Amino acid sequence: MEASYGATIMNSPPADTILKVEDLAVHFPLGGGLFGGRRRYLHAVDGVDLELKQGECLGLVGESGCGKSTLALTILGLQEPTRGRIILDGQEVAGKGMDRKARARIAQMVFQDPYSSLNPRQTVRTTLEAPLRLHGITAPSEIEGRIAEMLGRVGLRPDHAERYPHEFSGGQRQRIGIARALILEPKIVILDEPVSALDVSIRAQIINLLLELKETLGLSYIMISHDLGVVEHMSDRVAVMYLGRIVETGGWESIFTKPRHPYTRALISAIPDPFERSRGDKIMGEIPNPLDVPSGCGFNPRCPEARDICRIPPVPDLEEIGEVHFVRCRRAREIAAGDAAPASTG
Amino acid sequence: MKFRANLVIGGVLFASVVIAGIFAPWLAHTDPVMDANLMYAEEAPGGEFWFGTDAQGRDIYSRVLHGARISLTVGIVSQLINTVIGVCLGLSAGYWGGWWDDCVNGLTNMMLAIPSLIFALAIMAILNPGLTSLLIALGLTNWSFTCRLARASALSLKSQGYVQAAKVLGYGDIRIMLTQLLPNMLGPIIVIGTLGMGGAVLAEAALSFLGLGIRPPYPSWGSMLSDARDQITTAPWISIFPGLAIFVTVLGLNLLGDGLRDILDPQARTRRA
Repeated sequence: MEASYGATIMNSPPADTILKVEDLAVHFPLGGGLFGGRRRYLHAVDGVDLELKQGECLGLVGESGCGKSTLALTILGLQEPTRGRIILDGQEVAGKGMDRKARARIAQMVFQDPYSSLNPRQTVRTTLEAPLRLHGITAPSEIEGRIAEMLGRVGLRPDHAERYPHEFSGGQRQRIGIARALILEPKIVILDEPVSALDVSIRAQIINLLLELKETLGLSYIMISHDLGVVEHMSDRVAVMYLGRIVETGGWESIFTKPRHPYTRALISAIPDPFERSRGDKIMGEIPNPLDVPSGCGFNPRCPEARDICRIPPVPDLEEIGEVHFVRCRRAREIAAGDAAPASTG
Repeated sequence: MKFRANLVIGGVLFASVVIAGIFAPWLAHTDPVMDANLMYAEEAPGGEFWFGTDAQGRDIYSRVLHGARISLTVGIVSQLINTVIGVCLGLSAGYWGGWWDDCVNGLTNMMLAIPSLIFALAIMAILNPGLTSLLIALGLTNWSFTCRLARASALSLKSQGYVQAAKVLGYGDIRIMLTQLLPNMLGPIIVIGTLGMGGAVLAEAALSFLGLGIRPPYPSWGSMLSDARDQITTAPWISIFPGLAIFVTVLGLNLLGDGLRDILDPQARTRRA
């Protein structure tokens, strides 16, 4: 992706690329091999290119099992990539190229479930202090200052530091999780469904907190979600994943107003809308078995627009069809032409 | 705080045995080994000899007190060795998985297949009887349950978000095991360890009873029971009091283990402000 950053929300000067992922693939070996002939691989992530700019929020959406969490874990170094390059803040981190600690200071993560993501036997202070000590900050006054500052930033009181996680509500726990992710002052934060485990009434608070922190601390987010409402609200750019590949990517406006890939259209039409019965075609069926990917476009068995051309290998390329808008669909232009929505770009 | 009967009773029983062991030289009336006096052989419990005397006329009260030292040393030290071995192997196997896990699993299964008392007997037969060999024999033979427990806990805990978070924060493997996994599995491990301590006290008694533990004339509860076999009908107090001592110690340890589990439950540990 050589295109310029999404022009919709950005008001800062041209931002630098803080994360670049090139042709990343993660294949999990499966059983077999000894007697079962050829060893089989599950292609959890299969050739993903991504770029994240300074101060940007990239929404990564897709069904369960599409590889978005694996992609996140690979970027963070918890999963070894099978191939491809990851460039974090200008440094290549292919495999073990960068050590865990250096990586930790650049990229951090906020987890989905605030109930399992905090160690029940550590006070909030320990949770925040141990990473600082690990990364060489040992002066008591500095540790104290940073913990107090971080608790303030996420909306907790200083005396909360002495408490254990079970004394907090879900929303407060997620605030602690955010504080932990930010205590090392990273540049990139990966948000793995940060609000989906929370009560609806708390979600807005946490989303606003995340947006505010992004502004004040100049963070860049990769936000993994299948809740498109949240993605629409937070993201500058959106990447839609299906079966380990990115099928459509673009600025949030073009994705939400002019989705081109039938899968994206189906996802968007699945957003509950109290005023309209439906915004388009729903898709049926399950995500295909990733071990037995359909030939051609992986989406063709479920796609309402599928034609013969879609079933011919190889996998379609990611084509640019608009300003920073890429689609992996052979029929993207035809679909756009037949669309009732004003589709001027393209 | 709620009154925990098992913790308090277990604690009191175990503490009294510990105190008896520590202060045995001051509490005992006579020297447990040297003060044999056949003039007073097989005296029934009474004013001068609280627990009676044995066939050699030694004061059973003094011998039981001194026996506590040996039983507790064996129980605590051998169980500590077991726990350390079990936790190191189980935790690392569960966390790392792979070939190391297979090795540890194989070893654990082997240890479980061999009756531990027989294994300890074999070790004792090779080594010279004595306290050190007893510690080695019992410390190397009873770690398999702890190992299993630690491995299972590590397996279930390592997928928790906070372990992932620790990895993302740059923690090393050993640090994750020690700071994230170990504290969260400590409860059941302490419970198993305390119960195992009772088992070790019993195993020491059994080995000494069979003549492969502490050798007479040194007072160990097991060897005292062994000596008392012939007089069990004529002078039952010779076997009753060492037996009672074993019973009290093991009961105390078991109750203590139960009580500790309640306390170590994190949900119960609310900060009182």
